[in-house]
Amino acid sequence: MMTQVETSTTAAVPVLDVHDVTVAYHRKPVIWDVDLTINTPQLVGIVGPNGAGKSTLIKAILGLVPMASGRVSVYGKPFRQQRRLVGYVPQRESVDWDFPVNVLDAVLMGTYGELGWLRRPGRKQKAWARECLDQVGIADLEARQIGQLSGGQQQRVFLARALAQKAEIYFMDEPMAGVDAATERVIFELLRQMRDDGKTVIVVHHDLRTIAGYFDEVVLLNMRLVASGPVAEVFTNDNLRKTYGGRLGILEDAGEAMRAQERSQ
Amino acid sequence: MSYTTTIIFAGTSLLGACAGLVGCFAVLRRRALVGDALAHAALPGVCLAFLVLGYRSLPAMLLGAFVTGIAGIVCISTLRQFTRIKEDAAIGIVLSVFFGAGVVLLRVIMNSVSAGSKAGLETYIYGKTTSIALADVYLIGGAAVGCLAIIVLLYKEFQVVVFDSEFAGVQGWPAFLLDLLLMAMIAFAVVIGLPAVGVVMMAALLIIPAAAARFWTEQLWVMLAMSALMGAAMGAVGTTFSSRFEGLPAGPAIVLCGSVVFLISLLTAPRRGLLARLWSERKFRRRMARQRTLNVLYNVWERSHPEVLSFAMDDVLRRKSWTFDELHSALGALSREGCVSFQPEGRFAMTDHGLQCAAMAARGFRMWELFLTENAEASSGIADFDYRSLEERLPREMIAELEEKLKEEGRYPTIMRRDGFSHECN
Repeated sequence: MMTQVETSTTAAVPVLDVHDVTVAYHRKPVIWDVDLTINTPQLVGIVGPNGAGKSTLIKAILGLVPMASGRVSVYGKPFRQQRRLVGYVPQRESVDWDFPVNVLDAVLMGTYGELGWLRRPGRKQKAWARECLDQVGIADLEARQIGQLSGGQQQRVFLARALAQKAEIYFMDEPMAGVDAATERVIFELLRQMRDDGKTVIVVHHDLRTIAGYFDEVVLLNMRLVASGPVAEVFTNDNLRKTYGGRLGILEDAGEAMRAQERSQ
Repeated sequence: MSYTTTIIFAGTSLLGACAGLVGCFAVLRRRALVGDALAHAALPGVCLAFLVLGYRSLPAMLLGAFVTGIAGIVCISTLRQFTRIKEDAAIGIVLSVFFGAGVVLLRVIMNSVSAGSKAGLETYIYGKTTSIALADVYLIGGAAVGCLAIIVLLYKEFQVVVFDSEFAGVQGWPAFLLDLLLMAMIAFAVVIGLPAVGVVMMAALLIIPAAAARFWTEQLWVMLAMSALMGAAMGAVGTTFSSRFEGLPAGPAIVLCGSVVFLISLLTAPRRGLLARLWSERKFRRRMARQRTLNVLYNVWERSHPEVLSFAMDDVLRRKSWTFDELHSALGALSREGCVSFQPEGRFAMTDHGLQCAAMAARGFRMWELFLTENAEASSGIADFDYRSLEERLPREMIAELEEKLKEEGRYPTIMRRDGFSHECN
């Protein structure tokens, strides 16, 4: 409860402040000196070519990979003290879906952080987990083993689990990769709903054509930060060229999407 | 049952239960081979403890086993982390090097120490349950109860770390420490099992009950309970065999008993078992064959006069590259459920019911086809061309959209009764 008060009274403090983050694997830098500030709750897309370090950036922020340098604060305090405010949707391939849990159990895992050591999820947590399942539209699948779901349904399980965390800021690693159009629509609607509820959602995204339609801010990343800010200001052909190099196919697609977006507004 | 057999019986059952319990997490965490390496790496520890003390002392030898076992694990993770050697190769190297060292040390002891004090040391390789004393049973029992208590208390924490350690890390669980605790429990189970089962077979006691239990359930706690029970049964029955037949080491006997349990699980478990899978595969093929046939029949009917329900098989064969026999058996299956009836001179007739079913199959096929065309990038995992899964797999608006488009193209099966979806035509 305390966290709720803090987030609402500290409007001047940025939601997320990433300072000077550098990550290296085997003495080879993967992320170079990234500074990133997100001031108000919104939908943020992180884009960049393959191997640009998008997932690594998220994982470094979340403390999952060691940083060579840098610090991260969430609502003005070091990340470690603010874990309860943070939700996470990892890449779907990162877990073994044959693991013996059903959908409801998997979503219940989202409540474990709030429960703390030794306490078991009870009726209250189950009701909340079902509510989260309902929000992603798969309430009817709660008894299924997670391996029996389609890719899109598995992605929704991960989203429901993140919702169950009751976080203020969510990090999602390619939640729309490899899902069907229907699921993508559901996910996007959900993200927008979360943003409208005052949450910040930071999404690693692969599809440049939908950036302008989906996100408020965009982060262009290719090892170093190329640019970040409101989509209209930052998502320019010039910046895209800096991020992706001369691969014009992608650029033209994205430019086309931008123009379509502008026309519709 | 004599006093000694009771003790041995109790000892091996508890050991099996303990190994079965922690083995579940080893298997789910993909650490099964690490348990094997640990067991092999424990042998030099046993020998070193003996060499240092000069006589047999179970606690000292277990401590030695624990120390070199953990050293082996540390070697594996060091090799993996700081060199380009992959985990399986690292395990192979550590396992054989430590085991080799253990065997050499064993030889040294055999050659140098007087016969009385070294007796039974070689049983550490294959295991010998007659060496279990009452004190050992207490130790094993204590370990089993300890593991059970830890797993019951930290069930939720272990579950989330083993399933998704990164997510657990973000939530603030000390994933590394919990992992270490699991590893320590595995090491402990391995070490207390060494005198009874031997280093060569110990891994099987970890892996087999867990792997067998996985066939029967989709829930973690059920898997844990079953695995513990199966492990206990393995231990008990294996010991009985070993004590009945002179010279049969306990380790192999226990493992062979376990393999029978495993085989039964592998074959007969519902859903995940091999027979169940073959059966459902067969059912699936038949269903698909039926739908493909119905779809073709609908296409043939659509091209002819709507009143005509009787066709020559040759007409169908012209549209589909089947042999006559294939078509005949496909139609035979349909005639058994009253969809078609055979007529003389190589002809057959569709019944009203058959036409309904054919229209539904055709609708399903066309809807999926259209869905795939429109969502070519990301949807191959969803479309399965089964007309019954349309409603389950696609949202209602999308189905309505697809229906609308098919109607525009004039390809929507027209004779479909509005009321009769999916009830009669299964």
